[in-house]
Amino acid sequence: MIPELGQFALSLALIAALVQSVLPMWGAARGNVLWMRSSQASALAQFLLIAFAFAALMRSYIVSDFTVENVINNSHSLQPMIYKIAGTWGNHEGSLLLWVFILAGFGAAVAFFGRNIPQALKARTLSVQAWISVGFISFMLFTSNPFTRVFPPPLDGTDLNPLLQDLGLAIHPPLLYVGYVGFSIVFSFAVAALIEGRVDPAWARWVRPWTLAAWTSLSAGLGLGSWWAYYELGWGGWWFWDPVENVAFMPWLLGTALLHSAIVTEKRDTFKSWTILLSILTFSLSLLGTFIVRSGLLTSVHAFAVDPERGVYILGLLFVSIGGSLALFAWRAPAMEGGGLFAPISREAGLLINNLLLATATATVLFGTLYPLFLEAVTGDKISVGPPFFNASFVPIMMPLLLVMGVGPFLSWKRADLAGVLSRLKLAFALAALVSLGVWYATTGGPVLAIIAMGVGVWLLIATAQEWATRVKLFKPDAWARIRRQPRASHGMTLAHLGVAFLVLGATGSSAWKEDIVAFADPGTVIKIAGFELTFESVERQQGPNYIADVATLSVTREGEFVTNLYPERRFYPAAGSTTTESSIRQTLAGDLYASLAEPAAEGAKNNWVLRVLYEPLVNFLWIGTAFLVLGGGLSLSDRRLRIGAPRKSKPAPLSATPAE
Amino acid sequence: MKRLLFALPLVVAIIIGGFAIWGLSGGRDPSALPSVFISQPVPQLSLGPIEGVNSPGLTTDDIKAMQGIKLLNIFASWCGPCRAEHPNLERLAREEGVTLVGVNYKDKPEAAAKWLAELGNPYAAIGSDYSGRAGIDLGISGVPETFIIDADGIIRHRFAGPLVGDGLRRFMETLNEVRK
Repeated sequence: MIPELGQFALSLALIAALVQSVLPMWGAARGNVLWMRSSQASALAQFLLIAFAFAALMRSYIVSDFTVENVINNSHSLQPMIYKIAGTWGNHEGSLLLWVFILAGFGAAVAFFGRNIPQALKARTLSVQAWISVGFISFMLFTSNPFTRVFPPPLDGTDLNPLLQDLGLAIHPPLLYVGYVGFSIVFSFAVAALIEGRVDPAWARWVRPWTLAAWTSLSAGLGLGSWWAYYELGWGGWWFWDPVENVAFMPWLLGTALLHSAIVTEKRDTFKSWTILLSILTFSLSLLGTFIVRSGLLTSVHAFAVDPERGVYILGLLFVSIGGSLALFAWRAPAMEGGGLFAPISREAGLLINNLLLATATATVLFGTLYPLFLEAVTGDKISVGPPFFNASFVPIMMPLLLVMGVGPFLSWKRADLAGVLSRLKLAFALAALVSLGVWYATTGGPVLAIIAMGVGVWLLIATAQEWATRVKLFKPDAWARIRRQPRASHGMTLAHLGVAFLVLGATGSSAWKEDIVAFADPGTVIKIAGFELTFESVERQQGPNYIADVATLSVTREGEFVTNLYPERRFYPAAGSTTTESSIRQTLAGDLYASLAEPAAEGAKNNWVLRVLYEPLVNFLWIGTAFLVLGGGLSLSDRRLRIGAPRKSKPAPLSATPAE
Repeated sequence: MKRLLFALPLVVAIIIGGFAIWGLSGGRDPSALPSVFISQPVPQLSLGPIEGVNSPGLTTDDIKAMQGIKLLNIFASWCGPCRAEHPNLERLAREEGVTLVGVNYKDKPEAAAKWLAELGNPYAAIGSDYSGRAGIDLGISGVPETFIIDADGIIRHRFAGPLVGDGLRRFMETLNEVRK
């Protein structure tokens, strides 16, 4: 009964979305306040109905209701409860339900927390949001119904994909989706502004908190996803430039650009059409991601069960939403420019460079991701574009960006004194050069790009810290009071920039100086790596709740001193008929010692275990860096100025003396 | 001029959309992998029979000695999709006039024997590839996979995945082409 109610609620949500997509828009055009206000009721109704449907599906998973096809395919009665719950979104239909749930959630949030947004803009925004809802709810109801029943029900389910039975991955999709889908509201704001024909600093100020919320969540989601790949897949890598990773990364890159260009629109009333374009493109890339993951257009390790018919439907949705919004942009945006002028050396120019480089980087990733498709269409050749392409194209674009990032926050609006700023950064520059030389000395003949990257990372770290110290006059009396007085958003910027510096250090260290040994091992085998000695002690068989595990014991010593024991595992899940590796990692700030166990070459033979041991220097800075990004985003989001928002009258916001974020 | 610039994003989006439409249509299968062995003779295999199964083992010379078109199917009892395609393999062996041979990939002999006893054994010969070595030699990416081998012992097609539904239809088209 409950699954039917869930489906019924979903159908009602479609009707609510249909009403919401027409009535408020019409009301805004005719100045009918009542119709505009209806958006609040319909946004809330839509949200509650989808929440009910989502809860209904989750209940089916919790009680292991094997009359529901979706539950059969993705759950098992013996599975631990947390993974039963995670199974709700560990599949195409359920994750789509989560998708529309978050979509409606953002709509309802704008309806209720966006009190200071003018009535007409809010009504139009919510209508546009509802257009997206209509598209995706109908997609679910017509092609991917999560509530389909099966008769007769089987005795047990086929288990959630064992790779997905992991805590990191249980929370990774919801976070990623909040980010991914969160950009929808920014898109809706942009389309509403285009329809209204007005973009001003106040608009940028209303949009920013939503962008920031989506961006922060996407950062966390990407970080968790890559952490999962790192310790679960057993390859010791954390980023593979796989199409599905790329499509989640592109909205993040472009969202970062949007975050910065919206500041310029807010503070200086310029970059308007660019900010609008970024708002549209960021969400368009999210949609493109949804399309690529679910249509089977490109092969990927992540893809859901794919179905070209679903692909055609989503492509239709994409055509209407992306094509429509970009056509609207081409039509309305040319009338929009104007605003503050600025000198070639100024904070605006710095942010312009930031935007150009981020947009170029995004375009590079997009091209690399779609290139196999282009090539196959034109010549029929099948290729895959891998890390070499992205390392050779993406990394060099990021280097100048990181250099500018160190200087940018020092620059003042309108006109800045570059020579003065650079002279203040002499120390940072010298230290960065010193680190580069030091690294070069230590690893003579090491990869040149990596040595430069280490220097750039250190440069960014010091320049950012110095900017913060200068701003709060850290070494003068009452520094703490000044720190408290500064807007939180500006501290948020410092944290996020430091996070990027950590990411650079972690990414460079762990990819350029990684040590990797694959060995055939038997109890007694000794493996030497990065100054450690690992002795393979034994393997024991253990029984888990829904799996059988072979657990190896490795004792690690360094120069004869005992360091730790590592216990890599290999799990077999009988219901799903597949195995996973659980790596065992000794984590330190300097680097991770990482061991994973592959399948035995043949039973009973000598040296029959395959051990993979890696040493990854600095890899933990990746997770620290991600944490800084998320903290920085969260801190900015808690800024009072963003919560209160701009005054209703659309005058340019007063230029504050404090540096912007 | 300025208007054209503002229309640029739309133009780019439409071009990408055009490629996407192409990508979804025309029976394109992104998982159809080219095999390095296409148009090559079958690599050297020398596999013993499965213990307790009344089928001979499989060697490259056996395959060459067989008449007509051969299908080489790689299967395992632990693989769900193999179970799904099994009835279709039986029908192919019975009705299409091809010789079906199998490679039992990384499977325990008793499990494989039980599986074949339960579902029926359509294979003229089955090699037991317990170590997975033959799988590497054939360059497979998973089970099940099916190769079409022509009368001269040359590999003509490689199909990854179960022979059911749409996949089976495409496979039959290829098989008919090889027959010509």
